[in-house]
Amino acid sequence: MEDNKAIVCKDLTKQFGDFYAVNKISFEVLKGEIFGFLGANGAGKTTAMRILCGLSFPSSGTATVAGFDVYKQQEKIKKSIGYMSQKFSLYENLTVLENIEFYGGVYGVSRKEIKTRSEELVQTLGLESEAKKLVGALPLGWKQKLAFSVAIFHKPQIVFLDEPTGGVDPVTRRQFWDMIYEAAATGITIFVTTHYMDEAEYCNRISVMVDGKVEALDSPANLKKEFNADSMDEVFYQLARGAKRSGD
Amino acid sequence: MNAVTLQNISKSYQDVKAVRDVSFEVKKGELFGLIGADGAGKTSIFRILTTVLLADKGTATVAGFDVVKDYKAIRDRIGYMPGKFSLYQDLTIRENLEFFAAIFGTTIDENYELIKDIYDQIKPFSDRRAGKLSGGMKQKLALCCALIHKPEVLLLDEPTTGVDVVSRKEFWAMLKSLQEKGITILVSTPYMDEANLCERIALIQNGRIMSVDTPENIIKSFPVKLYAAKSDAIYKLLKDFRAAPVVDSCYAFGEFLHVTMKGNRETGSSELRDLAIERGHTHVVVQEITPGIEDSFIRLMNEKTEVSAHQ
Repeated sequence: MEDNKAIVCKDLTKQFGDFYAVNKISFEVLKGEIFGFLGANGAGKTTAMRILCGLSFPSSGTATVAGFDVYKQQEKIKKSIGYMSQKFSLYENLTVLENIEFYGGVYGVSRKEIKTRSEELVQTLGLESEAKKLVGALPLGWKQKLAFSVAIFHKPQIVFLDEPTGGVDPVTRRQFWDMIYEAAATGITIFVTTHYMDEAEYCNRISVMVDGKVEALDSPANLKKEFNADSMDEVFYQLARGAKRSGD
Repeated sequence: MNAVTLQNISKSYQDVKAVRDVSFEVKKGELFGLIGADGAGKTSIFRILTTVLLADKGTATVAGFDVVKDYKAIRDRIGYMPGKFSLYQDLTIRENLEFFAAIFGTTIDENYELIKDIYDQIKPFSDRRAGKLSGGMKQKLALCCALIHKPEVLLLDEPTTGVDVVSRKEFWAMLKSLQEKGITILVSTPYMDEANLCERIALIQNGRIMSVDTPENIIKSFPVKLYAAKSDAIYKLLKDFRAAPVVDSCYAFGEFLHVTMKGNRETGSSELRDLAIERGHTHVVVQEITPGIEDSFIRLMNEKTEVSAHQ
């Protein structure tokens, strides 16, 4: 496998009965890249992401994540990646520090390192006065920033972000992207889904899934040229309006 | 006449001030948007207007009735679609619809004209259980159920959250046609781009209304010039602009940065261009642009934060 690839998929397929949730998708994500994984509801994004995170086996095709095989090396994949989603990321009944300690511990970061780095992290996030408060009491924007920091606390090679900015106010949404850029600059590969088309523009490259297939894959600028569109919103609309499936 | 009025409404949950002294009106027949992020207080306002939550302070009316004294009259006259899918998951599409028609003392046939366009899209699946429907189909069913008794006022709490661009466009087209049939609509959304589809909007943040007006007027009242800028290294450009003393604010906006400058400058574009080139940027583009709702929202948010920091 080539060294500069964080993810390589070839004809990756997931079949439930006669339904092809993911239908022969092929793409590569470069190391350190911010890769936007877009698609309409029900296009198959979540299913594909579950395979890439080592949570579900494909029906056919091949894929490696951080150099590990999605069939045989799921546990190694899990150790090499970070994950956060809008829906669940942190334990609301643990404090800020406890959440960091818990995730650090799960991913095998040493106690000593957890202690020093969690103090640093709390400081960087400006959460000093909230460090011993329950996460449930934090505003959503803070939760999401903390969840992202926790997801990359063990310095994974790749972080998967599933609609990380849903429902967040416009200023916090941008602060969140600042954090994504910072992380990418340290060499972490970012794999992100979003419904905000302006955020698609912040990615180096994006793919658009329609009905289980990857129908477009390029930089935002090239896609706009290809589809003769002013915005990614228009590109997405042109691709997705013909979709036959819709789902959650 | 106003279909909805709120006067100095406040609501707290223990220490959290969810709604702070909120006042606005929705005119009869209007499509009015309540625009703000999660936790801004939108849902509390909806729950007060739908008479399922009591405000701590202030008064509110819906369809001319007081939310406390005349709550029963309001319940007959409104259609409510909560943010969370709240239909019966183990009833079919048709059963859900029949159920809602029955409890409002009507039948599907009686008001079929109103829901026809929406219902036609899910009719082929009318025997499927609601729990087995896709997000877009649930949304359409929920809207049908909220409409089946021909309400005067429709209250929709984040109907398009988590829904993709295509379904969102379809949904807003449905709202427009309902409005044309004379129904007043109060709808909330965290998506700033949807604000432009409303006649008037209220921007809400931390329980406070920051502005109420037409989208055009809110944009017009943006107090300074706004520039869009880009270069080959957009993230570095963001940092360089933020570090520059002449720059007041700089945010990423799709493929461009949106920049405002301190003071009233006539030569802003060229100053920014020079600044970028000086820092070694290539393919620099800077142009003056018309702000959008999201620009206004960010500016108002920052002004409010500064004000409260000085208090």
